[in-house]
Amino acid sequence: MKQLNEKQHIRRTKRRLFLNRFSKSIFMLSAFFGLFFLAVLLVKVVTEGIGSVNFNFLTGKLSTQPERAGIMGAILGTFWLMLVVAPVTMFVGVGTAIYLEMYAKKGRLVSFIQTNISNLAGVPSIVYGILGLTIFVRVLDLGNIVLAGGLTMSLLILPIVIVASQEAIRSIPFFLSEASYGLGATKWQTIQRVILPAALPGILTGAILSLSRAIGETAPLVVIGIPALLIPFPGSIMDRFTVLPMQIYYWTLDASLVAEYANLAAATIIVLLVALFILNSTAIIIRNKFQRVF
Amino acid sequence: MINHEIPKADKVNIRDMIDQNQRGQSIRRRIERLIPSFLAIIASLSVLTTVGIIWTLLSETVEFFKRVPFLDFFTGTVLKPLSQNPEFGVLPLLMGTVTSSLIAMAVAAPIGLMAAIYLSEYAPATVRKVVKPVLELLAGVPTIVYGFFAFTFVTPLLREFIPSLQATNILSPGLVMGVMIIPMIASLSEDAMSSVPNSMREGASGLGATKLEVTRKVVIPAALSGIIASFVLGISRAIGETMIVTIASGSTKNFTFDLTQSMQTMTAYIVEVTGGDAASGSTVYYSLYAVAMTLFVFTLVMNLIARAVSKKFREEY
Repeated sequence: MKQLNEKQHIRRTKRRLFLNRFSKSIFMLSAFFGLFFLAVLLVKVVTEGIGSVNFNFLTGKLSTQPERAGIMGAILGTFWLMLVVAPVTMFVGVGTAIYLEMYAKKGRLVSFIQTNISNLAGVPSIVYGILGLTIFVRVLDLGNIVLAGGLTMSLLILPIVIVASQEAIRSIPFFLSEASYGLGATKWQTIQRVILPAALPGILTGAILSLSRAIGETAPLVVIGIPALLIPFPGSIMDRFTVLPMQIYYWTLDASLVAEYANLAAATIIVLLVALFILNSTAIIIRNKFQRVF
Repeated sequence: MINHEIPKADKVNIRDMIDQNQRGQSIRRRIERLIPSFLAIIASLSVLTTVGIIWTLLSETVEFFKRVPFLDFFTGTVLKPLSQNPEFGVLPLLMGTVTSSLIAMAVAAPIGLMAAIYLSEYAPATVRKVVKPVLELLAGVPTIVYGFFAFTFVTPLLREFIPSLQATNILSPGLVMGVMIIPMIASLSEDAMSSVPNSMREGASGLGATKLEVTRKVVIPAALSGIIASFVLGISRAIGETMIVTIASGSTKNFTFDLTQSMQTMTAYIVEVTGGDAASGSTVYYSLYAVAMTLFVFTLVMNLIARAVSKKFREEY
């Protein structure tokens, strides 16, 4: 048998150990790359935009002059849009989740619906925009109003809400519902009074997170055709509207002509990110505070 | 509601109470029977959405192919929808989509995978607790913000190094899109690697393997299906991404391999056409649906592949 060559062995071991240490630092750099990028992005946006964030900007109307432009219309539009999206997705999302988890017999139909939902989650948002444009704006002839945009957005985030609600319902242990059945409650009573209250924090967390997705989403609304024109503040779900991301989009495009628009876009991004931050923090607080572990 | 009030003691009538209870029960029973079908109708909405998408895309796409031959669409290298003699070749758009997705994956696949390795194999629990939420934050940034960043920061920065870079080009949105996809690949790959049982790592370590060797020769092969699935989902995400490429890559329908040029993707074309108020019924209008259909099929196939990969090649322990 060949003897181990000690020198060679030492050299090889050293190389292996060096590679090990070296790659560890590269892996670490990769993991922190995202952090770095996020920091650069935030610094860029804040330095460019913070100068434009003031009272007039937040409460003013759109204007053809950059220094007088405000985003109240976009803020209100986002608000009205959420007023459509939140109830619709909660109702349909939770309803679907209850059906799949509590009523449907596990079998072909359920796995078909389930596959269908996960496929829908992978459909690009712009395709939902085309669906909304065709069905809501053209066929139902709603025009580019809050209701049409809201329904389109609802379809887009529905898969996320359904899956989150399903997970929340699934995490409720059997003994809770069995205790309820044992007391003579019917299935619907059990769902209504035991399962839904227990699953509510999980459902709400998922719903809020998906709402924050809807707030930042632009592509479907571009397709539906949100005008870049000056439109009056929306006062109901039947009004025409614009939202924060749309405003960022138009102002970014304008920035190549008039540099000040880049500042307006950045300022709007700050507002949007703050709104998202508040929403996400709420979701996290709900998750940590109210979620009981059984 | 059932009336639980007990009548006065002197005239308790058990019969009445039973009747009352049964009336309540029959209402409850009716609700109980109706609820499942009502919920089933709600649940069918998601199926209806799919049907709606496919029906809308298909019906208008069929109309498009009545006007433009199928082969011309898929082999044409020129896309001039608005000229006097319009040409509808989808290849420039496919080129833009494929190029931007490849650039994105060139960034996202290695960095995402290495970040996942770090998080799953190397990082102490405290570091993981900080880095994972930050990656989630990165995933939560709206794509329009990335678009703004690519257009106003990354492109000017790259132009310092590559003077020939156009103001709108495919390189910069591709790179930024890659960063956008990193969290997705990192988190999915990390899930796959974390689910590799520790006994396998310990076995390899016990044989004298370094951590890198354990990762390369044991963990990654064992988690390969999940890692590949995460890559495929990343590609699918890049193909469907709209705002970054619309803003930062412009609308030139270039059929080129030159990354410094503006190239239009399928998604950006859809934005351009819908934004331009194409008259309903015109060929341009129908081309919108043909492109959207192509996009839909692309992403659907990617998602199906990802599911098949993670299902078929998953190693069970």
